Amino acid sequence: MAIREIDLKQQDTDLLISLFKNIIRLRKFEDKVYQLFLKGELPGTIHQYQGQEAVAVGVCSVLEKNDWITSTHRPHGHAIAKGVTMREAMAELYGKETGCCKGKGGSMHLGDSEVGMVPAIAIVAGGISIVTGIGLAFKMKKTKQIAACFFGEGATNEGAFHEGLNMAAYQKLPIIYVCENNIYGASTPYNKTTLVEDVAERVKSYGMRSVIVDGMNVIEVYLAAKEAKESILNGEGPILIEAKTYRFAGHSRGDAKKYRTKEEEEYWKNSDPIERMKESLFKKNLLDHESYTVIQKNIQEEIHDAVLFAQQSNFPPIEDAFIDAYASEMKSPREVQP
Amino acid sequence: MGIGEAIREAIAEEMQRDPNVFLIGEDIGIPGGFGGAFGVYLGLPEKFGHERIIDTPISEKAIIGTAVGAALMGMRPIPDLQYSDFIFECMDEVVNQAAKIRYMSGGKLKVPLVLRCPVGTANRGAQHGQSPESYFIHVPGIKVVCPSDAYVAKGIIKSAIRDDDPVIVFEHKLLYGSKGRESAGGMDLTAEVPEEEYLFPIGKALKKRNGTSMTIISTHLTLYRCLAAAEELVAEGIDCEVIDPVSLLPLDTDTIYESVKKTKKALIAHEDTFTGGWGAEVAALISQKCFYDLKAPVQRIAAYDVPLPVTPVLEQSVVPSVERIKDKMLQLHKMGKP
Repeated sequence: MAIREIDLKQQDTDLLISLFKNIIRLRKFEDKVYQLFLKGELPGTIHQYQGQEAVAVGVCSVLEKNDWITSTHRPHGHAIAKGVTMREAMAELYGKETGCCKGKGGSMHLGDSEVGMVPAIAIVAGGISIVTGIGLAFKMKKTKQIAACFFGEGATNEGAFHEGLNMAAYQKLPIIYVCENNIYGASTPYNKTTLVEDVAERVKSYGMRSVIVDGMNVIEVYLAAKEAKESILNGEGPILIEAKTYRFAGHSRGDAKKYRTKEEEEYWKNSDPIERMKESLFKKNLLDHESYTVIQKNIQEEIHDAVLFAQQSNFPPIEDAFIDAYASEMKSPREVQP
Repeated sequence: MGIGEAIREAIAEEMQRDPNVFLIGEDIGIPGGFGGAFGVYLGLPEKFGHERIIDTPISEKAIIGTAVGAALMGMRPIPDLQYSDFIFECMDEVVNQAAKIRYMSGGKLKVPLVLRCPVGTANRGAQHGQSPESYFIHVPGIKVVCPSDAYVAKGIIKSAIRDDDPVIVFEHKLLYGSKGRESAGGMDLTAEVPEEEYLFPIGKALKKRNGTSMTIISTHLTLYRCLAAAEELVAEGIDCEVIDPVSLLPLDTDTIYESVKKTKKALIAHEDTFTGGWGAEVAALISQKCFYDLKAPVQRIAAYDVPLPVTPVLEQSVVPSVERIKDKMLQLHKMGKP
């Protein structure tokens, strides 16, 4: 893939530094989560986001707090990028009551209504059918809100993708569909199971606009998302952004990645969104070693604080298991079982 | 008034009361169209406009997904799939999303939606005649109700629309009061429905007939067959108590236990198939809670465990007929300790 050089000077320096900081925040958070997971501190399984940070950060940076996103089984990056605090995200991964879902969601269902994120939907195309309703509500209430729906290329062979995109297209719903094409659905290469190479091509059959971006370049993703948002608010209907990207981590816990070649991994490592942006920022004198060190230090402190917060938080009381299945008064599940 | 008309009134009143209530589904608002598969929505588009009566393509996953997403944003959708048999097209949206998002979010989000599902065999065969309510009483997070007369239908639909949880309303096609279904066993049930506003609560059973010989628990068309059988058995000195549970989840166990403790015998009758049907759950509950009061084993009568045939002679031999119910009642009457 050709790496497009972006003229950094065109962009506001503060914005560039903010994007840069955020992709590092996501990376370092995930690196810490990996360590903690290997140490056995976190229950369950994890699906990590290293490599794809530019997509979540680029898109979420154009969203307001009251814009909403949906995510998938790989939601850590989306959650942090949309504004879930590292404290609440980490506590959720630890299964603590201070977590963003009070310990009931865990890694695959990170999310927080307070920052506009539905608990991540761990059915790969699940969020695609739900986001249509979020967009419809915005349209019916005539608000200026939009929704962004993150999913992988693997989701595009589920029925919900086709039903959902058609529904959103004909109703002109205010939705950015963000397909993170990281080439593999678990271990299966996309091109082994699908003849249409680009997801962007597929959505044309629903009359939907689409654009392909370098998902390893946060500026490119940001610009595409910004343009998408403006066009949606202009009443042009939904759009799909296909971000070509790569996950550096395995699919989930314990994936030895034997289905990928070293050469391929090396190729994508050379496109590391953080390293590339760092180089550019240094080259254009928008970042120096001193400020880079401060950025790193602040992020390490934020993560350290989040881990301490999570470790020191309590597990939820057992009674919590029996509430929140229903909103209204129901007999306690313990009473129902005679 | 008939059930169909009662439901139309309930929906119109709620749409009038709350601007967040809207209808979305197939064939519901097209001018000159069906007004929903059973004409329940006729007249509503003229009254409320097409912004609140939203016609969709045949996309069950997208319809329910859209309802879920809109509900998350504070709307109160009433999605429509025409036949309950089609709900299997969107089991993910119902079971994994609608039912679970509230819990997964730690109680921060809610999914208030009302899914109306016509059930019951009417010479339509294996894919348009099922009574699939039992699948859904197995899903924590959902409420399941089965109104069988106009008064209850109107009141419970209104309660369901105001409820903060997803409610599935199963209605029997042959009880809508539509003409020309007599040959299929259709009933023209007109009931007094008060002029003034009322609600029928979810989770409350109705005693349809007082008696002392045994307790019959049944819903929908089978309920009326049980009532007919009960009348025929009066001549034999058998006096049945007949209960319409109305809500299957939550189930009004207090009313059921109280009746069974009085009559000391219980029979559950439904049109859904036998194995794993909701009657099995009710029978198990009665056995656990009322065992020492029982004079005979709890009995069940249901459709035989085959797909539904079309030809009336076969169809009516599969679902419980008045004759079969009467035989079962006689059998139970003779069983057990005096």
